[in-house]
Amino acid sequence: METILLLAHTEADGSLAKSAREALRAARTLNQALAGSSLVVGLVGENVQAVADSIAACPATKYFGVAGKDFAQSRYASDAAAAEAICKSAQATIVVAPATSRWARVLPGVAQRLGGRADTHVTGVADAGGKPAISRWYYRQRMEATLTRAQRPWFILVDPGSQTACECGAGTAKIETVAVNLPDNCKRTTVVGIREPKADAQTIRPDAELLFVTGAGWTKKQADGQTHVPEAEKLIRGFLQLSRASLGSSKSLVDQSGEGQAVLSFLSHLNQIGQTGSTPRHPKGLSTCCHGEEPHTVGWRFINERRAISLDPNCGWARGKADVLYVADAFAVMGKINELLAARK
Amino acid sequence: MSIAYQIVVCGSVVPDPLQTLEPVTGPGGPALKNEMMLPAILDPWASHALYEAANLAKNSPGSKVWLVSLGPKAKHQQVMMTVAQKVPFELVALDGPASGFTEAMEVAAALAEAIQAIPGLDKSKLLVFGGWESASRGAGATMQMVGERLGITDQFQGVDELKIAADGSLEILERIEGGKHQISKCAGAPALLGWATGNLPEPKNNPQVGMVNMRTVMPALQKAKPVKLAGEGLSFASVSLPKQLRETKIVKDKSADDIAKEIVEWIKK
Ligand SMILES: Cc1cc2nc3c(=O)[nH]c(=O)nc-3n(C[C@H](O)[C@H](O)[C@H](O)COP(=O)(O)OP(=O)(O)OC[C@H]3O[C@@H](n4cnc5c(N)ncnc54)[C@H](O)[C@@H]3O)c2cc1C
Repeated sequence: METILLLAHTEADGSLAKSAREALRAARTLNQALAGSSLVVGLVGENVQAVADSIAACPATKYFGVAGKDFAQSRYASDAAAAEAICKSAQATIVVAPATSRWARVLPGVAQRLGGRADTHVTGVADAGGKPAISRWYYRQRMEATLTRAQRPWFILVDPGSQTACECGAGTAKIETVAVNLPDNCKRTTVVGIREPKADAQTIRPDAELLFVTGAGWTKKQADGQTHVPEAEKLIRGFLQLSRASLGSSKSLVDQSGEGQAVLSFLSHLNQIGQTGSTPRHPKGLSTCCHGEEPHTVGWRFINERRAISLDPNCGWARGKADVLYVADAFAVMGKINELLAARK
Repeated sequence: MSIAYQIVVCGSVVPDPLQTLEPVTGPGGPALKNEMMLPAILDPWASHALYEAANLAKNSPGSKVWLVSLGPKAKHQQVMMTVAQKVPFELVALDGPASGFTEAMEVAAALAEAIQAIPGLDKSKLLVFGGWESASRGAGATMQMVGERLGITDQFQGVDELKIAADGSLEILERIEGGKHQISKCAGAPALLGWATGNLPEPKNNPQVGMVNMRTVMPALQKAKPVKLAGEGLSFASVSLPKQLRETKIVKDKSADDIAKEIVEWIKK
């Protein structure tokens, strides 16, 4: 009989992230599929009651919590101690957790501590003849596998954006407090802050409807034999402000900015999508001035509707991968798009 | 106060990202078609870790860098021809599969054992580096398990920057959600860092560095310990390529105005 533990942490503002509700959905899917299994919830944070109450209508039979100042910060040593203690108290055999940066840092280590196994970037869970199975991608989203495991506890880290969030309602949850006394050697690290770009320079927006992908073409010589980098910068910045899209970039373009050439000032490696970048999830994607073959276009593997603008009608980024390819000058088209969007405001 | 660090970088080999990959079922489970024929590179994020390690070692006199790598001997040989020319390190090679389908826990056990066997290892000076995810398994799980086995609980993932303060404490920038970085301070070594891209460009090949490295690379490859990865308890039901082809509508000969209108309507839909 499996004991399925949904393991979540509170956010900096004390709330529960959408990704945790998505993981809860995956945990419930397994709970429904696996006869005789039970669902329990484990929470870590400075204060966990409000978060437990916010999902109290879910069919979990028990709530476990590790709370206190020591557990407010996203830190390996304290998070590992908390997660380990909850897993033991709950006697969890399957641990479903959102693949947030906080859990991704620590839960594979906790699996090691408990003699279990961990799978990350999980995009689906299912019943495989009475046994739990998961789907995840290999070789940087280039092939998808379905697998099962014999070892327990099995940590399943669900990729944010891959499930619909569980909308179970609020109530009053009775939390079993799990005491964790943190030794001094777990406090050698302290989180001292968050560095983020200024509001107008914040170009990564995970919740945006649209991913706007920029390629190296923006910095290449154009029909007049000149580069137009300042103009490219203005057009892209203008579009991001008007559309509230999230900005992704090809490797070529971010590499240029890293090597001190005159390129787009607001781009960093954090914007890079693809094999050695991220694979964000957005309902729509618009790529501009990109060229790439299959291995490198994995950056928009999880974008549902895709359109591309390129001068190259055989553009490897778009052919067979986008729904629409506009063979056109991105400078001209984006200029017009910005005018239209500005007029709508 | 400058500390002489022992920096151990864990990094394996992966197929060159330019290659087309196709899954096949081998005798031991899933594998890549013509896996042994595919040209390999050092795992990209582990490469960044190696460059950061070399840079730190250069700025902390007396420090030394090891590269601990589990992969097929032949692939190591090929990859070392270029990697060994980049920065100074000593190779600790383990001979075994580098497939993405191998089990992270088993790989971690082999890596941790190899690290523990490094002569003169001093945990108070130890920094374990690696990539925050491989380009093969892409899990971001192995390094944490290595850290646990070594008893290191100051661990960081998605690291883009490490600064050492005068008192030996570490300031670390880790990638978190929404294009932000978390800043942490750690009292000092031992610590484990899974690197993202960091800040350093790929070093140019330096034949002199290559000559020095090769003195240890060749013997390391010769004495590479064989490692068996059983994938115990792990069963793959299927591995498949995604349905790749979309019917791409190609729009030519439309004015910028018309395209813009069409795109704005689509965005706003
Ligand atoms: C180890 C390794 C890892 C890699 N990882 C990644 C990765 O993570 N992500 C990634 O993206 N790539 C990755 N690559 C691939 C590599 O960097 C590619 O070269 C890159 O993706 C292609 O760059 P690009 O699309 O920006 O531009 P280019 O190949 O330079 O193409 C530019 C395109 O812009 C078009 N263009 C120019 N001007 C205009 C205009 N005015 N209007 C419209 N179109 C215009 C051109 O026709 C051309 O098609 C990797 C490669 C290696 C070796």
